Amino acid sequence: MILLLLILIPLAGALLSWIAASRNVLWSRCIALASLLVNLVIVGQIWATHAATGGQWIYQYKADWVPHFGISLNLAMDGLSLLMLVLTFFLGALSVLISWKEINQRVGFFHFNLLFVLTGITGVFLTMDLFLFYFFWEMMLIPMYFLIGIWGHERREYAANKFFIFTQAGGLLMLLAILALYFIHGANTGVYTYDYFSLLHTPMQQDTARWLMLGFLIAFLVKLPAVPFHTWLPDAHTEAPTAGSVILAGLLLKTGAYGILRLVLPLFPEAAAHYAPWIMFLGVLGIIYGGMLAYAQNDLKRLIAYTSVSHMGFVLVGAFSFNTLAYEGVVMQMIAHGISTGALFIIAGALYERIHTRNIQDMGGLWSKVPVMGSATMIFVMASLGLPGLGNFVAEFLILLGSWQADRWITVFATIGLVVATAYSLRIMQKVFFGPSHQQYALPDLNKRELVIIVALVAAILLLGLHPQPVLNTSQKTDYVVR
Amino acid sequence: MSFADFISLGPLITLFTAVVISMLLIAFKRNHRITYVFSLLAYLMALTAIIPAMLYIPHTVPPLLVVDEFSLFNTGLVLTSGLIILLLSYNYFEEREERKEEYYLLLPLATTGALVLVVSRHFMSLFLGLEILSISLYGLIAYLRARERSDEAGIKYLILAALSSAFLLFGMALVYAFTGHMDFPGIGAALRQAGYIPVTVLAGFGMMLIGIGFKLGVVPFHMWAPDIYEGAPLPVSAFIATISKGGMLVVLIRFYVDIHGNDYSMIWWMLAIVAVASMFVGNWLALTQQNIKRILAYSSIAHMGYILVAFLSGVQTGLEAISFYLVAYFITSIGAFGVLIVMSSSIQDAETLDDYRSMFWRYPWVATVFTAMLLSLAGIPLTAGFIGKFYIVMAGVNGHMWFLLFMLVINSVIGLYYYIRIIAMMFKSLATGEVTYIKPSLPVAGNITLMLLTLLLVGLGIYPTAMMQLIQQMMKMIV
Repeated sequence: MILLLLILIPLAGALLSWIAASRNVLWSRCIALASLLVNLVIVGQIWATHAATGGQWIYQYKADWVPHFGISLNLAMDGLSLLMLVLTFFLGALSVLISWKEINQRVGFFHFNLLFVLTGITGVFLTMDLFLFYFFWEMMLIPMYFLIGIWGHERREYAANKFFIFTQAGGLLMLLAILALYFIHGANTGVYTYDYFSLLHTPMQQDTARWLMLGFLIAFLVKLPAVPFHTWLPDAHTEAPTAGSVILAGLLLKTGAYGILRLVLPLFPEAAAHYAPWIMFLGVLGIIYGGMLAYAQNDLKRLIAYTSVSHMGFVLVGAFSFNTLAYEGVVMQMIAHGISTGALFIIAGALYERIHTRNIQDMGGLWSKVPVMGSATMIFVMASLGLPGLGNFVAEFLILLGSWQADRWITVFATIGLVVATAYSLRIMQKVFFGPSHQQYALPDLNKRELVIIVALVAAILLLGLHPQPVLNTSQKTDYVVR
Repeated sequence: MSFADFISLGPLITLFTAVVISMLLIAFKRNHRITYVFSLLAYLMALTAIIPAMLYIPHTVPPLLVVDEFSLFNTGLVLTSGLIILLLSYNYFEEREERKEEYYLLLPLATTGALVLVVSRHFMSLFLGLEILSISLYGLIAYLRARERSDEAGIKYLILAALSSAFLLFGMALVYAFTGHMDFPGIGAALRQAGYIPVTVLAGFGMMLIGIGFKLGVVPFHMWAPDIYEGAPLPVSAFIATISKGGMLVVLIRFYVDIHGNDYSMIWWMLAIVAVASMFVGNWLALTQQNIKRILAYSSIAHMGYILVAFLSGVQTGLEAISFYLVAYFITSIGAFGVLIVMSSSIQDAETLDDYRSMFWRYPWVATVFTAMLLSLAGIPLTAGFIGKFYIVMAGVNGHMWFLLFMLVINSVIGLYYYIRIIAMMFKSLATGEVTYIKPSLPVAGNITLMLLTLLLVGLGIYPTAMMQLIQQMMKMIV
């Protein structure tokens, strides 16, 4: 029941904040923030009490929806879902906060869309019914499309359309694979159901399994994104409003990674192992290619967007290494990347609000004017390049440790990615905060609201880096596919 | 005619009688409101006449008609759609035309034609229904005589429909020449006995396909659709998009099932080519259109292609999927045209994309409805269209139609582009400077109708179980 509540609270918040906006904009913001904070408290509470004890599944909830097709409202939470939800509501609440001043037009509808995306994401992380998974998977698209298309920057419509069409194409292939799995399972066992637990270990032919796995995988590779399906990402991230970029980078990409861990690997272990070298190769390609492209960008948001491609390459390498170390790293990377990249987008947004440009050639020498913002950026840039003591280091280190056991050459090339990361990360600092200042901007430093956001993010990334054990313990509760 | 016949055909007879009475009514006194209210009552009575008809199912009126669950369900669907279109019509014609009363003769008459199609199981009744439908449509399409495009559309439809009817008749004659039967089960039995399809019958089927394909508006018989959607009065376009196509599709299903169409690969291939071509041509040509009526016309061509995929899957689920999809498609299409009707002013129809610029900020409520309808056409969750598309894909997977499914997936993605293009237009921010927006009439009745349609759309999207059970039960009976 509590799981259903986690989905319904943001949904109710979405409707209420839309209605409230016609009377008072402030209420709308407060309702949105409150509903996310309530959820954050709930999942925090669950984490505090249940994380260390019990079996894999902390909560389960099941009710019939369309019994005729074997579709049920089947929700369950394990360690992986729990961690993802904590991240979701944490970043969600911050997204409302950063939009406090940035979004002044059509505030009610903005918060409606924001909370609706989060509802969809929550659903994806909780559902154990494949039909419902597809349902939520598609449900997050429309509000995200509006977020980019209405409140975005100059080329927002192009970016929104591209995002929508790419993800929808991937999603439809997944739908075909889901349905094929449904019928194969039905034909073999006589039970027609979309229930995840029943569909695990469906007996099927090797070739069929491989095709079906590819159907799922493409949907997730588009969302992750992996080269060559990544081209929607730089556009969408660059054109979206700050809150949109944070949710895209911090949460939407993670649904792709989550899908791989939750569906692709457990449902088709043999097929996944068969294609693993190729997929890891795609991962490495993403790490290096994404990093190189990031280095070449002048648009700050676009630069950060390409770093996501690079970081998500690690997730792909780790997920297909098939050992516990790598999985721990992947989960850690999902969280750490969500926080560090989210933070960088927030800073880029704050800068844009002040100087109305995202071009780093026009910036320079800002440190003396905004030292607090500068040092915050320094922390997240260091996190992004993998400095020990910060979350991303733990993640990438674990992934490389794990993948070394699976494939040495892949690991060697993935490590080169760290060097590239250093190059582009330092370039951000160099171009924006150091060096000669080209223009004399008069700009205020972070205000109190922004400071609260940044401090929360810094605390999170430090905690992940210095004391990662609680996260690792929780993620260990999930039953990964190991060989 | 026995009592049971009379009750079983109640809806048909009620509506037809109402047309005659309403003609006398107009001769007696011309009054738009009276005629309108009378027609509304006629539709409502026809709908209630379904209830006693249910007592006698399945009931055959040999050799022409059959009343079973399938035909009653579709009768209900056609009548409800007709009623909704009628509700949307009043204001539209009140503002435009001097002699508006005859519209209320032609619309129920066309609906009667569709009802005959729905219950027919014989070439005679098929042709009869088709002609009642077509001939009323000539008048309906050209109803706004003052408009040039309306006349053009009417004449275009007249010529093409007459031509396609001729093909249909010739095709029927060829089939009759070989099998010696004109009722569907008889043809099926004769073919099964022969064990193969001779060339004459195949040619006959091909020619019938031209006639049927024209009505359905599938490629390559689709050329008329955009022009006629554009030229006809908006409620009539909604009628053509839904009832006229739906009625034809129902006969096609019955015919295909009765002659065991799945057993003959030639027929399958003919329809498969038509399906793929419809999806591609429809979606492709819609991409660059600037006129929303034309976009809807092309999109309906593509949707007929999707429906044919389910049709070709050759499984029980496929027929269920078609019925569900038809319901969803009817709601969505009428809803979309309803938005166009509500947004049109007495001077011009709101039909270009520019008329909808930043509509969300000017008329948020209507824009929300339109968005919901377009998302349903695109097959996005929380709408009936999503469940419908899901059902179709499910049928396809069940029948192992992988090639057709990939075509469907590619086309869904292409289709997405022009639906979201309209949505994006509605969400554009207000243009500054001298822009004259269209002044919509926004009638109350129209708004209420749209609200109901939206509720239905979302309701079916969230809780489709009841409708599915109904459809499943009814399909068990006919196969």
